[in-house]
Amino acid sequence: MREISFSEATLEAMAEEMERDARVFVMGEDIARQGGIFGQFKGLPQRFGTDRVLDTPISETAIVGAGVGAALAGMRPVVDMHFADFITVCMDEVVNQMAKIRYMFGGQCIVPVVLRAPDGIIRSAAAQHSQSLESWFLHVPGLKVVVPSNPADAKGLLKAAIRSDDPVLYFEHKALFPTKGPVPDGDHLVPIGKANIVRPGRDVTIVSYSMMLHRVLEAADKLAGQGIEAEVIDLRTISPIDFDAIYASIAKTHRLMVVHEAVKTGGVGAEIAARVAEENLDLLDAPIVRIGAPYVPIPFSPNLEKLVKITADDVTLAAIKLCK
Amino acid sequence: MNHDAEFLRHLYRRMISIRLFEEKIGELFLGGELPGFVHLYVGEEAIAVGVCANLTDQDYITSTHRGHGHCIAKGAQIRPMMAEIFGKKTGYCKGKGGSMHIADFSVGMLGANGVVGGGYNLAVGAALAAKMRKSGQVAVCFFGDGASNRGTFHEGINMAAAWKLPVIFVNENNQWASTTPYRTTNNIEDIADRAKGYGIPGVIVDGNDIFAVLETAKAAIDRARAGDGPTLIEAKTYRIKGHFVGDPEMYRTKAEVQKHLDENDPLKNFAHKVIGAKLLKQADLDAIRGEAAREVEQAVGEARQAPYPDEAELFADLYVEGVK
Ligand SMILES: Cc1ncc(C[n+]2csc(CCOP(=O)(O)OP(=O)(O)O)c2C)c(N)n1
Repeated sequence: MREISFSEATLEAMAEEMERDARVFVMGEDIARQGGIFGQFKGLPQRFGTDRVLDTPISETAIVGAGVGAALAGMRPVVDMHFADFITVCMDEVVNQMAKIRYMFGGQCIVPVVLRAPDGIIRSAAAQHSQSLESWFLHVPGLKVVVPSNPADAKGLLKAAIRSDDPVLYFEHKALFPTKGPVPDGDHLVPIGKANIVRPGRDVTIVSYSMMLHRVLEAADKLAGQGIEAEVIDLRTISPIDFDAIYASIAKTHRLMVVHEAVKTGGVGAEIAARVAEENLDLLDAPIVRIGAPYVPIPFSPNLEKLVKITADDVTLAAIKLCK
Repeated sequence: MNHDAEFLRHLYRRMISIRLFEEKIGELFLGGELPGFVHLYVGEEAIAVGVCANLTDQDYITSTHRGHGHCIAKGAQIRPMMAEIFGKKTGYCKGKGGSMHIADFSVGMLGANGVVGGGYNLAVGAALAAKMRKSGQVAVCFFGDGASNRGTFHEGINMAAAWKLPVIFVNENNQWASTTPYRTTNNIEDIADRAKGYGIPGVIVDGNDIFAVLETAKAAIDRARAGDGPTLIEAKTYRIKGHFVGDPEMYRTKAEVQKHLDENDPLKNFAHKVIGAKLLKQADLDAIRGEAAREVEQAVGEARQAPYPDEAELFADLYVEGVK
């Protein structure tokens, strides 16, 4: 299979969907002239025109609000947030409007908007350009949240998100954009809401997503060297979470770890741990382990920043302890 | 005045429907029959009806927390509106929206909004969709004087002006934002002056005179349809009723309200003009009023009898594609 980068994969998804459906368009800050900060929109204006690839003012409430309004009027907008951190500027549009409109109006309309939100730690971007805020949106009924970890899923999930009649938040890790991987040719779709068993194993289930999936896979290699076979699940979607996949796996391994880059407090791991404890505690032989960032903003100094990053060693050591 | 009698009847029918609907809602609310809050539009009928008389069902509007008048003006039906305010299954939104969230997508009414200033960008987005499709549709955003101080006002109107979108911003300056008089939170006499800052026309109109509103709105709508972009219309009016039904109105005198009602009631203005010009007779107006009153009574009767939503409705319409 051919290897392309994560950003090229999302670009292919955009181009294919814009080709397929004239209602699809994309808008955001500096996406047309610049091609997006990560090259994820390069060439789209040349191909589809600046009427469908729009450089917006720096007006997050207007961009997202207009995306929702255009969706209500029959279009299928993709909205680029520049950095996921800036969703905070337009929380009304996301939480009160985009998420609620269909339900509140008794199903009279659909809200097929995709918000693309580059998140996660890149080198010394500091507290306002490095956050992973995905868990906030699990708490808001009406949204779907996807978190691809590799180019194939990036393409397949973006295409699925654009075709979804529901609003989707698409968190793409900034550090993943240049990473390469195999991507199937043709109309490659990944269903929203389905996790992926990336590596089968019998001793411990490690659930992760996005960038951290790679740390977990490194850890799984190390663990194998020590005789521990980890089953690694890439969630791919965190709203809704594929609990069936998690339950099936812990029925086999009887141990569960969740690993994410976002702060541990109130994170996706907290939700998974709580649900498993409520519904399937009897499948477990040991307490659930959560690995997430400490409860601080992301510091600037490389020296401090590395303290909030999760490494493969963190995962490996925790897994060894859990399996003892 | 060169309107034919049939059109005048239509205008009066819509205005009197709003008045009677609203008065009835106030009565029912004080009688303890209605859940939630209700904000009445009484006294502002000429604005919604005057603007919407220039629109077709294909055009869009977005509304406010004071939205019943906008709904009726745009052609929404009284019966499902009433049922919605009762929280009944037969309401426009199956009882999930209530007074502040009535929508009728079949006539381009994209919904009332519980968030002050929440509608600007939904209208901007609908106008963007219309422009992209070259459909000739326009979008109208109704908003209050208080709402004009939200940051999203600036973002929406600036983006719409920069992109020459077919959207009309209709400010209903009723002099009050809850308990706060307009002049205490603004350093300018006229909101319409802000249009200068966006390079679009800003027009002031007597919001108690439907004929003035009709004409002003027509010019703005024609301009928008011709591709010349947005207009900011400031319709000067007055909020006759309390901010919400049950408001003790400690912040103003009864005499102030009575003065406005005596001098500037848009319904009286209308009657005076059309009878004076011998276009309609008092008997015509009385007959229309009778019809409208019967319709409201019937709607109340039906809404009282209608069932509440089934429990199974709780999870319906949250997503198009199911989520457990
Ligand atoms: C963002 C937001 N802030 C505050 C409120 C509470 N609130 C509801 S109506 C209102 C006053 C709005 O005044 P205006 O826009 O002039 O409209 P009017 O009520 O006069 O029609 C306020 C403060 C709200 N619903 N939303």
